[in-house]
Amino acid sequence: MEVSKVSTRYGEHVVHSGVDLDVRRAEIFAVIGGSGSGKSTLLRELILLQRPDSGSIRVLGADLQGLGDDEALALRQRWGVMFQHGGLFGSLTVHENVGLPLREHTGLEDPLIDEIATWKLALAGLEPEAGVRYPSELSGGMLKRASLARALALDPELLFLDEPTAGLDPESAAGVDELVRRLRDDFGLTIVMITHDLDLLWQVADRVAVLAEGTVQGVGSMAELARMDVPAVRKFFDGPRGRAPSKPR
Amino acid sequence: MNPLSPAPATFARPTPQELALSGSWTALGISGVAAQLGALAAPTGAQLVLDGARIEALDTTGALILHKLLTRLRGEGIAVQLRALRPEFARVLEVVGQRPTGPSQAAVAPESGLAHLGRSAAAGLEQAAALLSFVGASALALAGCFAHPARFRWRPMLFNIRAAGFDALPIVGLLSFLLGIVVAYQGADQLRQYGANIFVADLVGLSMLREFAPLIVALIVAGRSGSAYAAQIGTMCVTEEIDAMRTLGISPLELLVLPKIFALLVALPLLTVFADALGVFGGMLMARAQLGVGFDEFLVRFVKAVSPTAYLIGICKAPVFAFIIAVVGCFQGFRTSGGADSVGRQTTLSVVQATFLVIVADALFSIAFSALGL
Repeated sequence: MEVSKVSTRYGEHVVHSGVDLDVRRAEIFAVIGGSGSGKSTLLRELILLQRPDSGSIRVLGADLQGLGDDEALALRQRWGVMFQHGGLFGSLTVHENVGLPLREHTGLEDPLIDEIATWKLALAGLEPEAGVRYPSELSGGMLKRASLARALALDPELLFLDEPTAGLDPESAAGVDELVRRLRDDFGLTIVMITHDLDLLWQVADRVAVLAEGTVQGVGSMAELARMDVPAVRKFFDGPRGRAPSKPR
Repeated sequence: MNPLSPAPATFARPTPQELALSGSWTALGISGVAAQLGALAAPTGAQLVLDGARIEALDTTGALILHKLLTRLRGEGIAVQLRALRPEFARVLEVVGQRPTGPSQAAVAPESGLAHLGRSAAAGLEQAAALLSFVGASALALAGCFAHPARFRWRPMLFNIRAAGFDALPIVGLLSFLLGIVVAYQGADQLRQYGANIFVADLVGLSMLREFAPLIVALIVAGRSGSAYAAQIGTMCVTEEIDAMRTLGISPLELLVLPKIFALLVALPLLTVFADALGVFGGMLMARAQLGVGFDEFLVRFVKAVSPTAYLIGICKAPVFAFIIAVVGCFQGFRTSGGADSVGRQTTLSVVQATFLVIVADALFSIAFSALGL
């Protein structure tokens, strides 16, 4: 995945002025940045929900600019997205939510889809009993897991995670850490995530990009970033909640 | 391999003891062979060799199907051997195999007709009781407002009068005008046969003022504002705004419900007067065009035929309809739970129930007025 010179404006407000990124296959890549630094907008541009005003984005070898409807659909089937608040359909049970992409895009038989959905739920760490419930009946952590299971339904090559651990208790968050790493190790997934969770960044992310003032201020592993001398990067390490690079948990 | 159109999964059986797998064993590519594999007959011999050398892609869906096949054949006592599978695919298959799939969830048995009938009857009763208690809670909130008049929210009330009353003038005016035209037009043929052309004023005046104007106003407002109330309050329930309001010590009934009830109590009678005027005007136009009854003649007869009582009867229905619409709309909004689906369901219910209750109330009014000889 390559992002080059992407600029986005909302009216007068400039969100990105020349963002350059490069994500390699089977890498866990994290984007961090303060509120309003355009992380979410960047994610929306990567998953074809929004077009940048200028610049080009290539994902899985396809240029997102000037993509036909059929090509966009084919591309969408090759990635999965886990939204911050789940984005699960309230009118369907969790199990049906996970099976929906399979029902929609494959010709598989219903019993087999049910079985696959149960398996994906288990992969995301949910009991089969959780599948028969509706999203409104689930706790925050279960919602995230269910959303992840749906993102994984079509076995994507690329997985986008928006704040995968926000609002989770430390134990569930640790479960997500473990899950993300296992997905990469077992299935060779490329994972792009937006997060503020320092544990997740230290433990799981291979490389991290710091987004501020409309551009990428620094890219590298957490240890490399911690040695950088860019003010926008330093903020993440020198703040009271920053964690010294010498003693990762 | 073109990534956009992977070659679908296929398998060939060169000899009964051999199965050559090829293509993309992925969720998108496997649908063609999934059913065939499920029905694959065991070979006569006691062993089978699966050749995975030409599998181009294998994801967890494909691996799951392959794993099921292997498990099934092994369960039938056949020595299955999988060979030449690429190492990364073997890893996927191994990971899939580690997690037993178990049976998929049991289907919920459909309940019998009698149980369904009982359940819906109980739900109906529960709803009626809840509506009654909602009316009671609103009345208590109202009493609280009388005790502390400063707590009454004037601003939302004025806003609701504008939204439900003033903004509804064009649609109410147009529809009642058309209704007046229809009534006069339908009556014209009958009246002309008896040479009773002038009685068109009685027909239009009484029907519009007593029945049609209040009813059409109530139906329009139920569709326009009652549904909006249900959707607004329902969405606020879903986004926890109602809960937030309660924890801040603000009564949702005071802030959301009472202003709406009072706004409709003011707006509906006024809209009814407006609909009266436009409806009679439509009838007058039709009387002149179809029956040759001029405006002067029509108005003279109108004054004689239509008593102020008829006018007041129509007006006095309006507040009752207003109360029904506002209470049902808010009540259904508060019953929302869950997500977007529920908001839609409760909004629909609010319109259906408000319309139903308005017409029932209108029928009761007719009975009451005829008993009173009005």
